[in-house]
Amino acid sequence: MDPAATGVTVAGTGADPAKTTMFPEEFLKRTFSLINSDKDRNSVSLVCKDWYNVERMSRRHVSIRNCYSVSPEIVTARFPAIRSVTLKGKPRFSDFNLVPDDWGADVQPWLNVFATAYPFLEELRLKRMAVSDESLEFLALNFDDFKALSMLSCEGFSTLGLEAIATHCKNLTELDIQENGIDDLGGDWLSYFPENLTSLEVLNFSTLTSEVSFDALESLVSRCKSLRVLKVNRKINLEQLGKLLVLAPQLIELGTGTFLEELVSGSVNGLENAFSKCGNLVTLSSFWDATLLHLPVVYPVCGNLTFLNLSYANIGPDELEQILSRSKRLVRLWVVDTVGDKGLEAVGSHCPLLEELRVFPVDPFDQQLGVTDSGLVAVSKGCPKLHYILYFCQRMTNAAVITVAQNCPNFTHFRLCIMNPSEPDYLTNEPMDEAFGAIVKTCTKLQRLSVSGLLTDLAFEYIGRYAKNLETLSVAFAGDSDLGMEYVMRGCPKLKRVEIRDCPFGDSALLSGLTQYESMRSLWMSDCNVTMDGCKKLAEEMSWLNVEVIKDEGGDDRLANKVYVYRTVAGPRKDAPPFVVTL
Amino acid sequence: MDQKKTTLDLFNNVDLATELRLGLPGTDNQPEIIKSSLSGNKRTSSEMGSSTCTDENESRFSPPTKEQVVGWPPVRSYRKNILQVKKTESEMGSGMYVKVSMDGAPYLRKLDLKMYQSYEELMKGLQVMFKCIIGLYFEREGYNGSQHVPTYEDKDGDWMLVGDVPWEMFISSCKRLRIMKSCEARGLGDC
Repeated sequence: MDPAATGVTVAGTGADPAKTTMFPEEFLKRTFSLINSDKDRNSVSLVCKDWYNVERMSRRHVSIRNCYSVSPEIVTARFPAIRSVTLKGKPRFSDFNLVPDDWGADVQPWLNVFATAYPFLEELRLKRMAVSDESLEFLALNFDDFKALSMLSCEGFSTLGLEAIATHCKNLTELDIQENGIDDLGGDWLSYFPENLTSLEVLNFSTLTSEVSFDALESLVSRCKSLRVLKVNRKINLEQLGKLLVLAPQLIELGTGTFLEELVSGSVNGLENAFSKCGNLVTLSSFWDATLLHLPVVYPVCGNLTFLNLSYANIGPDELEQILSRSKRLVRLWVVDTVGDKGLEAVGSHCPLLEELRVFPVDPFDQQLGVTDSGLVAVSKGCPKLHYILYFCQRMTNAAVITVAQNCPNFTHFRLCIMNPSEPDYLTNEPMDEAFGAIVKTCTKLQRLSVSGLLTDLAFEYIGRYAKNLETLSVAFAGDSDLGMEYVMRGCPKLKRVEIRDCPFGDSALLSGLTQYESMRSLWMSDCNVTMDGCKKLAEEMSWLNVEVIKDEGGDDRLANKVYVYRTVAGPRKDAPPFVVTL
Repeated sequence: MDQKKTTLDLFNNVDLATELRLGLPGTDNQPEIIKSSLSGNKRTSSEMGSSTCTDENESRFSPPTKEQVVGWPPVRSYRKNILQVKKTESEMGSGMYVKVSMDGAPYLRKLDLKMYQSYEELMKGLQVMFKCIIGLYFEREGYNGSQHVPTYEDKDGDWMLVGDVPWEMFISSCKRLRIMKSCEARGLGDC
């Protein structure tokens, strides 16, 4: 390549350094347009001013993982050409009712700015945001090119908001409503999609409770030839599901309706037939009320499945065995603990390619039910590729977890929830320190860890010493003293998100993280021993941190019962409710 | 701290062993998880002087029940609700609650069809609930000699006379019940 043509200077040519550019702008633009990963783009923007400018002008997607870390004005000023936004709001513990209502994370201020700055916005993905019907209507009316809306764990809206989206978004390709605090007023929002809307590719309304017009749904599915993801709700029965499948054999992901029905044998054949035509199906979910009576209709597609989500279906080990024995290609599996240890043995036997397993509790307070240490070990024996586990159980032993770590050294996400707080090893009565010690020592790629059970400061010492790639840590009812948290804050250089509840960590522990908070997304501490003085001290030391205390009614004023600390370039919140005090 | 060498013998750390608490649940740590409306109950004993703490003091040493802990275990509300509902359903033997209206009555009732094994029992139940008389079912003539006729809406949305189909088929297709006045129901019984 001729150096002069590309503008690259060659050492020793004597060219004027001030006039040299590394590459022409067009070249950079073209190259950067091929870079989609946020991480890569962030790196690229740090190289030099030219690269920063070209990158920011060409970025199409931005992920704001804490809506208060930056303001919409700052975002739109830096990135003028965004078409797709991911926005996350409340701290994760809000999912478990630890954050009061009206805490914030309202999407409207963002929409207001986007309406002017990003009139061509196409995609909005929201997680833990407060979204009102008015906001949904605003979105539908102000962005003509709007294509994809996804909401997970959001609250504040009702089916009226969905009506607005259906009515006005002429180019809608994606409507994905998952596990939100939605006010389902019924009202048949699905019928609001106009007859000429044919662009839908993703439709997920599995978690809505009220009935939708089946005729409208049928017509929609029939005319949207590009539909690849369809997840219906529990009101859709098997017969209706069959009709939909016949219209959309191209589906890649399907969420079923209810299996509760007495089908005539003709219908069963029809359904099996319909499933067998769905050659692209790799994900199946929902399975409401499934029993062995009608589960067999899905057998024709089991062989192709890579993701099976049975977490809404209270099936037992026999049902699970039947499905899994036909699903050898499974990579991800979500189940309820009604499958028991026996069901997990089936997992170990039939799913050698399994990489992710999540086991949810059907009844956290019933000691008799559920899965135990032996189920976990069985899975680890049969699934050496396992790297993601979320496991709710009543009891566990150190020995079992140590074995699991040896069988599956590649864990990136290890989330173990022993449901009785501070529960020791049920065989030895010892703390669970060695269990988590084994995990952090063996699994060097560990990014996310949730600990539980009786834990002393030793467990945290292990974490601080070995978990060098740890990014997310969740702790509850654990530790003996400030030392515990200090080990972690001083030892884990890659921490991004730390959430702690009900631990004896105080001000000293809080302040031990000073050097970390700059590179962390956030810290949550609730019901620990942190005081207002400690928080004030932290706030004084670090001016670009927001140190927020959520006040409870009553309680000691000196205590900081709920503390949320996060880095921000937007300064203190302007929309904080009275119970949120920024120090 | 750095005296611990690389050959970490996980089970042989003498120094820290003395600091390990091997107490069973129910000792100091445990009771701190009790949530009352007061916050911050992790106080040291020296701060336990005030009167408000006496309640906490007592609760500190009673074994906590899991129900008392807010937001634990960490399962999203949505998931908790659906799984709980399903569990209750299975406890009740998949109870089939249907709405029952009676013409002229100011409000509707709800009835669990699973509580009955036959039409006879259902009629008895309805008669008790609504204090009406429904009378006997005749295949040809419907319900004779009474002021009220039981009807139901089936899966297809059609209103049917109760009693024509076998009981099992009825309960699997019945979505709601309506007790009509005989004079209005005449049309249904005629074949």
